[in-house]
Amino acid sequence: MTVVDTETGRPANPTATAWPVAEQQHMLRMMIRIRRFEERLAALFKRGELPGFVHLYLGEEAVAVGVCSALRADDRITSTHRGHGHVIAKGASTDRMMAELFGRVDGYCRGKGGSMHIVDFSLGIMGTNGIVGGGIPIGTGSAWGDKHLGRDNVTVVFFGDGASNQGVFFESMNLAAIWKLPVIFVCENNGYTEWTPTEKLTAGRIVDRGSPMGIPGDLVDGNDVVAVREATDKAVARARTGQGPTLIEARTYRWHGHNEGEEAFAGAYRPQQEQDDWRGRDPIAAYGHALVQAGVITQPEWDEIDLAETAAVEASVVFAQQSPLPDPEEALDHLFATTSTGDLR
Amino acid sequence: MTMTAQSSTSEPTATQRPTYFVNAMKEGLHAAMSEDDRVVVIGEDVDRSVIGATRGLIDDFGPMRVRNTPISEATFVGACVGAAAAGLRPVVDLMVGSFFYVAMDQLADQAAKLRYMSGGQVALPIVYFAATGPSGSGAAQHSENLHPMLMNVAGLKIVMPSTPYDAKGLMISAIRDPNPVVYLQDFVLGGTKSHVPEDAYAIPLGVGDVKKPGTDVTVVAIGATVPKALRVAKALEKEGISVEVIDPRTLVPLDEDLILSSVARTGRLVVTDSARLTCSAASEIVAMVAQSGFGTLKAAPQRVAWENVPVPFSPPLEKRVLVQDDDIRRAILATLA
Repeated sequence: MTVVDTETGRPANPTATAWPVAEQQHMLRMMIRIRRFEERLAALFKRGELPGFVHLYLGEEAVAVGVCSALRADDRITSTHRGHGHVIAKGASTDRMMAELFGRVDGYCRGKGGSMHIVDFSLGIMGTNGIVGGGIPIGTGSAWGDKHLGRDNVTVVFFGDGASNQGVFFESMNLAAIWKLPVIFVCENNGYTEWTPTEKLTAGRIVDRGSPMGIPGDLVDGNDVVAVREATDKAVARARTGQGPTLIEARTYRWHGHNEGEEAFAGAYRPQQEQDDWRGRDPIAAYGHALVQAGVITQPEWDEIDLAETAAVEASVVFAQQSPLPDPEEALDHLFATTSTGDLR
Repeated sequence: MTMTAQSSTSEPTATQRPTYFVNAMKEGLHAAMSEDDRVVVIGEDVDRSVIGATRGLIDDFGPMRVRNTPISEATFVGACVGAAAAGLRPVVDLMVGSFFYVAMDQLADQAAKLRYMSGGQVALPIVYFAATGPSGSGAAQHSENLHPMLMNVAGLKIVMPSTPYDAKGLMISAIRDPNPVVYLQDFVLGGTKSHVPEDAYAIPLGVGDVKKPGTDVTVVAIGATVPKALRVAKALEKEGISVEVIDPRTLVPLDEDLILSSVARTGRLVVTDSARLTCSAASEIVAMVAQSGFGTLKAAPQRVAWENVPVPFSPPLEKRVLVQDDDIRRAILATLA
């Protein structure tokens, strides 16, 4: 029997689809990769082996993978402070990510960025971002650039429920609507704005916030990778064919705190029952079981993927630890680019 | 089109015409837009242009390259970061310098830092320009000059020309530069006029200009204080005091060598700034000379800048706060006392 989610009107659990087997298996693999990467970071943080602080994506894996699996390699994303999942789903190397998180020269930014500033323009990753809502105008502008230059790329702007109350969210939706930009606003609503329930801080439904501007809104179960993927496919098709922006609100839940180590000050702000319920709706287990049931993958194949991804994350830790720390003098590099353009002298 | 930069104090040639400051900016914009079709101009009402620097560009380049934005400074300042990364070369008219405050996160935390944070992965060729500073009873929210605080945001180049000639050549260089550049057009200079070559020419960023040579005192003047300093220098000449007036023209990068070598000759330094005194560019330049040229100084350097209050509305109040010719004169005489 298919259970229907009363709010979204969709089946409450992911199902296997007619997509190629390899693609469905790959989506499962990418969610597992994010899960194992983040779990490893949690352990490293606890042992004090990471400089700085991290915001983990555990529990939200279906959003990043559902969205990014609908994109082309040359499409772009902007991301958030909770961005490791987006970056991995867009194709980033976990070796270079881990090295960045360790502050090493083989990191994506040679150790200059860290968790909240992971960038790889060659993969269309325009950066995780330390400012809540900071990436929204940048992604909107990326879509403007592509449209102006006659390309059919799309840009996905990831942001959280907290960022939906930033002015730039409304401003950017307005600009995207009047200029019909190929941008997809993906709100990951994990229920908490830092340590406060989002419903106490946010009027109405986030998905409806584009409606007055004529931007279609799609509310999806963010723990259902198929639902996220299907909503994104529709939004991408609209964007690529010049029909403008879409807003997707994906309801999900973060298993860990706003940031690792929050137990030192945050107290118990989330009911245990709520946490247990959401953990019972593990997006990876749900999708894996659906694929096994449909014969898209066997349990041993699933186990094999998990073992391989776990080993790859271990290897990335070794890679990071073996990568040198940057020469302190590098702190003075990379401020300004030096090559001017044009032929006026 | 190729021309070498020449001093703005040189005699006008056949191809030069008397040109308003804002029109010189427009000529720079026009040249850069003709040179490279990735250059686009956006901002509020840039089609008609309140201040004038973009007026008429839409006739030559059309509404997709001269594009009006909603009044959403934070968003259009930030959108240029994404657009530049995608391959455009955006030029943004913020209209009034004070409006930079509205967009501060996108300017200071995003545009200025993305290249550095990414380990140099990307170049972001963006120009943010605005009419700035007091315009005559503009009151506190339309009179700000943000160059001092923006100098402290690593990752932004800052241009502040004082003549139409410099305005054109620096606009072209700012647009051709592969980095975010803040270009500040002092309000009160917008309607000033001088000879500007018709052809396009570029003035490199980071090269200051001796606006008047002299031997007794070095006056480094910024933006709207340059013509004031020149007026004072001319008057003092009659009293037998020879003042050298230097316009750095760009504050980031700053032509430290030009300033230090002038002070090495004169032994005396006054810096005038169109900004509040605390942490002004004047403060920075005086500190730089005190640190790197202390041995050449014969007298304590002087700073001439605004009082540390918001710029008030009523004319006598405004006058009391801003830099007046007499303030500069007194500071020069103090170094000679």
